[in-house]
Amino acid sequence: MLNYALRRFLISIPIILIATFIIFWMISLTGDPLQDMRQLPNITTEQIQRVRDMRGLDDPFYVQYVVWLQQIPTAGFGEYLISPRPIGPDLQRVLIHTLQLVIAAEVIAFIIAVVLGTLSATRQYSIFDYTTTTLSFIGYAMPAFWFALILQVIVIQIFELTGVRILPLANLSSANPGTGLAFVWDRILHLVLPVMSLAIFSIASYSRYMRASMLEVVGSDYVRTARAKGLREGTITRRHAMRNALIPTVTVAALSFGTLLSGSIVVETVFGLDGMGRYLFVMIQSRDPYPIMAVLVITAVVIIMFNLIADLVYGYLDPRIRHG
Amino acid sequence: MADTSPHDGPGASGAQGLPPGESMHDSSGQPATAYSDGTEITARSQWQMFRRKFFRHKLAMGSLIFLAVVVVAAINAETVAPHAYDDINVQMASSPPTFEDMHFFGTDQLGRDYFSRVLFGTRTSLSVASIVAVLATVIGTTVGAIAGFYRGWLDAILMRLTDLMIILPALVILLVAAALLGQGQPTRIGIILGLVLWPTLARIVRGVFLSLREKEFVQAARASGAGDLRIMFRHMIPNTIGPIVVNMTLVLASAIIIEATLAFLGLGVNPPTPALGRLIDEGRSAMRTSWWLIVMPGMALVAIALAINFIGDGLRDALDPTQRER
Repeated sequence: MLNYALRRFLISIPIILIATFIIFWMISLTGDPLQDMRQLPNITTEQIQRVRDMRGLDDPFYVQYVVWLQQIPTAGFGEYLISPRPIGPDLQRVLIHTLQLVIAAEVIAFIIAVVLGTLSATRQYSIFDYTTTTLSFIGYAMPAFWFALILQVIVIQIFELTGVRILPLANLSSANPGTGLAFVWDRILHLVLPVMSLAIFSIASYSRYMRASMLEVVGSDYVRTARAKGLREGTITRRHAMRNALIPTVTVAALSFGTLLSGSIVVETVFGLDGMGRYLFVMIQSRDPYPIMAVLVITAVVIIMFNLIADLVYGYLDPRIRHG
Repeated sequence: MADTSPHDGPGASGAQGLPPGESMHDSSGQPATAYSDGTEITARSQWQMFRRKFFRHKLAMGSLIFLAVVVVAAINAETVAPHAYDDINVQMASSPPTFEDMHFFGTDQLGRDYFSRVLFGTRTSLSVASIVAVLATVIGTTVGAIAGFYRGWLDAILMRLTDLMIILPALVILLVAAALLGQGQPTRIGIILGLVLWPTLARIVRGVFLSLREKEFVQAARASGAGDLRIMFRHMIPNTIGPIVVNMTLVLASAIIIEATLAFLGLGVNPPTPALGRLIDEGRSAMRTSWWLIVMPGMALVAIALAINFIGDGLRDALDPTQRER
């Protein structure tokens, strides 16, 4: 198993290298990364040239790329282009925030989707089934940023009507979050709306898969056998049908982790959260290649890790699968 | 690739120019049996069967009509829109949706009519999305066909590319590309999106081609002296039309949503051209007082994406030979 995980990881390394190379090349196409710096009033040409020399900006982009690659084992992700601050600590902070958001959304979406999918499959063609189907179609067609704004509008309108602030509209914590449990509770309240906006698409998508695989399982022989030997309907659904129907849903959920990370860019922007998506967005606008590449590498590693976790869960749910 | 089981059949050779899909073995498009009392049973052609099934799909037909109306209105936005999209009318500023003066979607702080702005924005979104759908379909079909037909190194590269897309989410790549290379031009944005959204289709086409190339009718075509290109275009692609068309609708819908997302982040089409995503972003500044500035453009966006998805659903059902008419 460990062997398998290691091999999977090694295969992805060249892919990450190619991806970062392409991105580096794209950034180099857009011209002078010090453009913004030149416009500052107190900067002399000598100072600009010093930065250029120091960061090797006059070298061809592939030389710069190799230099970037070589420093990773020793200096981690290095420093920002303009200021001599290390990228690492910033990256760590935003990654933790994003993971809180994305993992909460993934877990909640998965649970809700499994329940909805199971219920609509066991009650096929009922009003409940039609309602969830329609809602999931709408969930598919709805951009995350718009749903996030709609949630904000609703909370604002409730405040206008009743004067009660039911949930915070932005940021990760209050100005004075407190410590310990108070801090955690404050964070949870701040994450309610972002997690909802991020989870809605995943709920729509996972519940479709759950419904489809559940329908397949419900018609199978061993479910009929379970019914024939007199088990209660609830036991059949929970112990026999659901366990098998979960397998494809788990795969889809794990493979969609990247989609959730994409979605977090938009959601973090709308709610002003200090996460990796917004960090990437800000860095793209300042045209600093180094933090952008760092985010890409981290994103790739996180997604690969989640795919591996999915494989492990897969093996647990279906003992027939052996990783060779 | 999962929902299709391609068969060979008379209608599928493409020789009669019948467009979509999977074929039924018993339909040759010829009159089948003539009874003595003069009644004649005519077998339905592929195209007729597809049409019958699709027209009976109420949701898909309704969506098609809705989308047609939207497309015609958007193309003729100058004549259809009750106001110009940049017409400032301070007397009607921040008006909620009303029939008075035809401000169906309300107005913004400057009194600009949001219904007209949404209509023009829809035109931008639809034109970008059409570029994306055509580009992604052409690239995806070509790459998938070549990879599935020849296998070998092209196939290997394609599979690695798909891996790349799984490891690096498309939006991250798009964000970088659109910010750095998009320059706010609709065509450029469309091309960038198209260049990112093709691998799904390529994989589907590859899968179908891998199974088709072993079929007897391909061997027969080869035996009768058809070249690789002829086999691919006249014999195999007509059998793949179903998945290709369905995927095209999916790409179209997601292109509209992604384009709106980029525009919302300020990376889409440059102002003053209205784009749906940008309209929603502009509405944020007046969120407390004018909720319609956010709700209305978004509803238009969702309605269009939803309609396209329903059409795709109807197409999928109509093109699927295993699904009987109800």
